[in-house]
Amino acid sequence: MVALTVNGQSHQIEASPDTPLLYVLRDELGLNGAKYGCGLGQCGSCTVMVDGEAVFSCVTPLLLLEGREVTTVEGLGTIENPGPMQQAFIEEQAAQCGYCIPGMMMRAQALLQSNPGASDEEIRAHMEPNLCRCGTHMRIMAAIKRAGSLMQTAANGAAPSGATERAG
Amino acid sequence: MSGSKILRYLGALVVLILVGLGIFVAIAWRSEIPASDPPVTSAIDPALVERGAALAAIGNCNVCHTKAGGEVFAGGLPLPTPFGTIYSTNITPDPETGIGRWSEEAFIRSMREGVDREGRHLYPAFPYDHFTKVTDDDNRALYAYLMTRKPIEAEAPDNELPFPLNIRMVLAGWKILFFKEGEYQDDATQSAEWNRGHYLADGLGHCGACHTPRNQLGAEKKDELYAGGESEGWTAYALNAASPAAVPWTVDSLTHYLSNGWEEKHGVARGPMAPVTANMMSASDGDARAIATYVVSVMGEPSPERVARGEAALQQATRHPPGIQVQAAGGQTVPVAATSEDRGAKIYAAACSSCHDAGRPVPYGGLPLNLSTATYGPTPLNPINVILYGLPAPEGERGPIMPGFQGVLDDAQVADLLSYIRANFSDEPAWADVQETVAHVRAGEEDTELRSLSSGGSAPANPTRRETSW
Repeated sequence: MVALTVNGQSHQIEASPDTPLLYVLRDELGLNGAKYGCGLGQCGSCTVMVDGEAVFSCVTPLLLLEGREVTTVEGLGTIENPGPMQQAFIEEQAAQCGYCIPGMMMRAQALLQSNPGASDEEIRAHMEPNLCRCGTHMRIMAAIKRAGSLMQTAANGAAPSGATERAG
Repeated sequence: MSGSKILRYLGALVVLILVGLGIFVAIAWRSEIPASDPPVTSAIDPALVERGAALAAIGNCNVCHTKAGGEVFAGGLPLPTPFGTIYSTNITPDPETGIGRWSEEAFIRSMREGVDREGRHLYPAFPYDHFTKVTDDDNRALYAYLMTRKPIEAEAPDNELPFPLNIRMVLAGWKILFFKEGEYQDDATQSAEWNRGHYLADGLGHCGACHTPRNQLGAEKKDELYAGGESEGWTAYALNAASPAAVPWTVDSLTHYLSNGWEEKHGVARGPMAPVTANMMSASDGDARAIATYVVSVMGEPSPERVARGEAALQQATRHPPGIQVQAAGGQTVPVAATSEDRGAKIYAAACSSCHDAGRPVPYGGLPLNLSTATYGPTPLNPINVILYGLPAPEGERGPIMPGFQGVLDDAQVADLLSYIRANFSDEPAWADVQETVAHVRAGEEDTELRSLSSGGSAPANPTRRETSW
């Protein structure tokens, strides 16, 4: 039994401690945002945040997560009330097939949380591990920049929505 | 003793010191070679430039003479040494900030004697203890190559060295103690290929700069040639009989490693070795094979025990652990069940096994860790660097990659994982102080500024760590 905190909620997980986090999220908790891509930590579609850092959930065993804070794309907002990252991806229509997008959003979120004014160069370097086979990189780039400015606007006085608060 | 006697002794002492100083300065003094106009590049033979390019790649000039994000050969990379920080210089043909006003003679003298055009002694961070072996002919090709690069205006920052090391005349003393000037001389008892390899490895390639341990004054210990050293927070493994490789190197396998940056029975070049192998791709296959021929001869014929150990490791590596099906690339692997309740074993099973036990060959899959030289090395530095920061994808090339785990593994967890790997995949005794070393590496105390070079030119891909969090 492992105690796991996902998007602010604690769960007691029955799975064996060496189970990859991705399997727990999808199969036990029904959080299907993080995707199975390669299973080898090479494509980034399974990316989630652990204590604010982007990690590949497919190669992260459950036993490393005791007492740590996991955030998935579901934790960034809801359909009714999307967070700034999600809002930006909708506004820029940054998805084609969409399989890589939750991972893209989570890696970008990890960057913008610590550095909301990240430069193009910093965004490119940071996003390098995540792959998109459709080739929507330019729109993803635009969405991340838009998310950055949405976050900065929110931080500069506008009443933050519940979603942005959760997103940190 | 009377006063006048003391005075006489003192006088004699002063005279002795002055004479000594005079002799020292006479030995240490190098004249200035007059500034000349940069050569007319259109008059330089393109074939000579091409040969110089291959030689510059073997010499790894770009690695030190390019700073992060800077123009190739424009210098400014900080090189932390135990004595202070030295900044690499601009070796583009810019007349004011580079070597544009250096004549060929001045360039050849700098390589042979470690002296700049103005006659100032150079710090041995510029490895002239090796470059002195380069022939005049090859130096002319290198000069032709550098003088045909784009001139970049870039002033290198001043070195940060304490007194008296900031006085360049002091280096003449260092040279008297440790520097033997002279072009490479062929060993007539050896083959032409061996001599070519010896010339390149000991000369331009300056392999010993990392792979030979250094003494207190920063000079390579000549009696411990290729016994292994440390470089920028990484261990440079021994290249002599003490080579820790599980499977003894052969000329074929080492040639492959040097030309590709990986070898399926030994592992992947990373850290400061990554740009070396990336540069070797610009050198001819013949030169890679020559270097391998020489280095394998330094390692010597492996003992029957080492051969047996290598064969056993290979046999084990081809066996797949229970619960794993060999998959085609792109197939989904099932994580292997942990072999024990040990925390390191569980981390290994969930985080490492899906690549390292999948049976896919390097570079498309992970190396079985009982073949990895890192598992057998004298320190855990290299595997710590790789576990934390991964193997970044080489820019514009195919190559092995690995995700880093610094975001999820804490120091104690990395230490547990490494202890498990060492105990289960090698026959070497446990490493000491693993957790403390992990903390040092993470804090950057075992790391330097050797970061990404700008793309283009002959600059290799990012050699060591990256700034992203994967």
